[in-house]
Amino acid sequence: MSSPARRPAPEPVQPNMYRYDEFDAQFVSERVTQFAYQVERRLKGELTEDQFKPLRLMNGLYLQLHAYMLRIAVPYGTLSSKQMRKLAHIARTYDKNFGHFTTRTNLQFNWIKLVDVPAILRELADVEMHCIQTSGNCVRNVTADQFAGATDEEIEDPRPLSEIIRQWSSLHPEFVFLARKFKIAVGACEKDRAALQYHDMAVQVVRNSEGRTGYKVMAGGGMGRTPYLAHTMSEFVAREDILAYLEAVLRVYNMDSRRDNIHKQRIKILINTIGVEEMRRRVDREFQELKAMGTLQLPQRELDRIAAYFAPPRFETGLSDVIPDAGPDFANWVKTNIAKHKAPGYAIATITLKTPGQVPGDATSEQMDIIADLMDEFSVGEVRVTHEQNLVLPHVRKQDLPAIYARLKELDFAAPNAGLITDIIACPGLDYCDLANARSIPIAQSIARKFENLDRQHQIGELKIKISGCINACGHHHAGHIGILGVDKKGVEFYQLLLGGSGAEDASVGVIMGPGFGEHEIADAVERVVNVYIAERQTGERFLDTYRRIGMDKFKAAAYETAAA
Amino acid sequence: MSKLLKSGAFVEDAYAAVADDAALPEGAVLVSLPRFQKEREALLARNTALGIRLQSHENPEILGADLHHFALVALEFPKFRDGRAFSWARILRTRLGFKGEIRAVGDFLYDQMNYQHRVGFNAWEVPDHFTVEQFTKALTEMTNVYQPSSDGRKTIRELRASS
Repeated sequence: MSSPARRPAPEPVQPNMYRYDEFDAQFVSERVTQFAYQVERRLKGELTEDQFKPLRLMNGLYLQLHAYMLRIAVPYGTLSSKQMRKLAHIARTYDKNFGHFTTRTNLQFNWIKLVDVPAILRELADVEMHCIQTSGNCVRNVTADQFAGATDEEIEDPRPLSEIIRQWSSLHPEFVFLARKFKIAVGACEKDRAALQYHDMAVQVVRNSEGRTGYKVMAGGGMGRTPYLAHTMSEFVAREDILAYLEAVLRVYNMDSRRDNIHKQRIKILINTIGVEEMRRRVDREFQELKAMGTLQLPQRELDRIAAYFAPPRFETGLSDVIPDAGPDFANWVKTNIAKHKAPGYAIATITLKTPGQVPGDATSEQMDIIADLMDEFSVGEVRVTHEQNLVLPHVRKQDLPAIYARLKELDFAAPNAGLITDIIACPGLDYCDLANARSIPIAQSIARKFENLDRQHQIGELKIKISGCINACGHHHAGHIGILGVDKKGVEFYQLLLGGSGAEDASVGVIMGPGFGEHEIADAVERVVNVYIAERQTGERFLDTYRRIGMDKFKAAAYETAAA
Repeated sequence: MSKLLKSGAFVEDAYAAVADDAALPEGAVLVSLPRFQKEREALLARNTALGIRLQSHENPEILGADLHHFALVALEFPKFRDGRAFSWARILRTRLGFKGEIRAVGDFLYDQMNYQHRVGFNAWEVPDHFTVEQFTKALTEMTNVYQPSSDGRKTIRELRASS
């Protein structure tokens, strides 16, 4: 990995995002003290590991294969440059100089010492960050569309509601010992970049027939060993009622979920057992009561107050709306990594952390520092983390794109592959995780190398590969156009192929093709599957479209063709 | 051995916890739901205070109109990870308007007492070495809260509005 000489750091820019007031600051600071006391009791032996485990998980601390892993919340994926520099500093000071951006838009460190955790939490609190509820059986860090506030596709910025949900769900006394984890995502347009239907609960900003803005609420989606797409719980919840509605869903889940079998304790199992009608009936009963009590009602002025933090930056006017010419490599990058911005002269730039050969989602301290510089220089101090383990500069001037590209190239983060076959999601897998059955990272790397040729990638077009090292599906394999699941067969790693999944607005669950492939066969099998698509596709079809039209058979026949030989 | 912490102090437990197959002693008793259902008439005919002990899968709504016969509802934590009783306490205090004692029994942690207090518990069966100072600390580790709950505390949103 190259580490270019760093230019002098630019003046930090404070982006328009939520900022702690005295109450938030005190809350996070006291939470650090509370957790430090839990660590102290653990180290003294006053808490057993069994007792300490849910407490540390609620604060994002996992015990992995080799060391503790600390997962830091990046609420709805929004980071300031100051926060990014702090993450770089923590990686340098307390870890092995790198961090890993996750599918939950968080950042995790894999080599943390328990005794350092309180100090790290204090450092995070200094920049308005924390690890609250990044793990454990509670409401997890809320995620949102990474193009929030920048795309013209959205009804409104989904982040104010996400922040309101973050506050409401932080140490909620009724819901910190749920049957299982509970993940919430928020979107605000038809286009779904946040995998809404794969969440325990999802909120989509919608407009009803009278033109009123409100929320569609879905629940019961999830990956894991039993994947389900979410059911619509309510087509339209009024703005002021939304917290009462979300609390109602959580209460029914907390009361009625099974607790006798860890694999059947997610909300998706409850809803699919009692049926969506019965679930709606139970939720509505709680909702009507909570609404009548009134204490959770959300006044418009509170929404406005929070929304003001996320006001759009002052976009310059009179900018050229043309992307300058800067050579063929740049043009390729623009083709895949640049999206339409709502303001003329501006663009949304995706930085894929997926240069073939690298570990998906990893960034070194040096890279984080330089990205922070780019944020300040080119994107009003802001970056977004995506669930596809990429970063997004949300507000960049088109005229600056060649300069940004050149700087990213120095960082090895200029891969022109957003949405292409080498833009792979992968969980940490057996290299780090003690739940994993198989390694994910080397498989991602070998597939990325196989398809490294850019012309070929562009010829293949949009194709989402997602790799999980075990049935828990942290690598979202069910939602991959091509999904790969690592399994252990008598101590040997095997990889199953799934086809036809999607985490977007056309969500679907991938279908398992058949017996798994060995670690040296899987990349070739993927290639044969892709070749079937190239041969069969009709004009304008993505891989997913062709699969949906022709079905599994031809892909399956090709995949196993030479595997046996 | 355990002792009873109520309203911030250690108190004598006025209730005798009675096993399902044991004879009823004189005075206030704490019985299980199955025993209450089986011996409802006899238990109500006794002119003494009555408490009921609910397991974590037993929704207090099942008591219906009988709830007002009880001065104590003991909610059991079979494992501290089983958080259903947090919702039962909340429902007892809000939907059912229960004003009596809600007691946490079973396997719960110091670290859960503040949440229990917030949703409506006001009594705790704690180990002998547990102190009032620890209880006070548990309840004051976090000064402010984001959510309305049974304790009626002002939320951070309300504090913001008035500051």
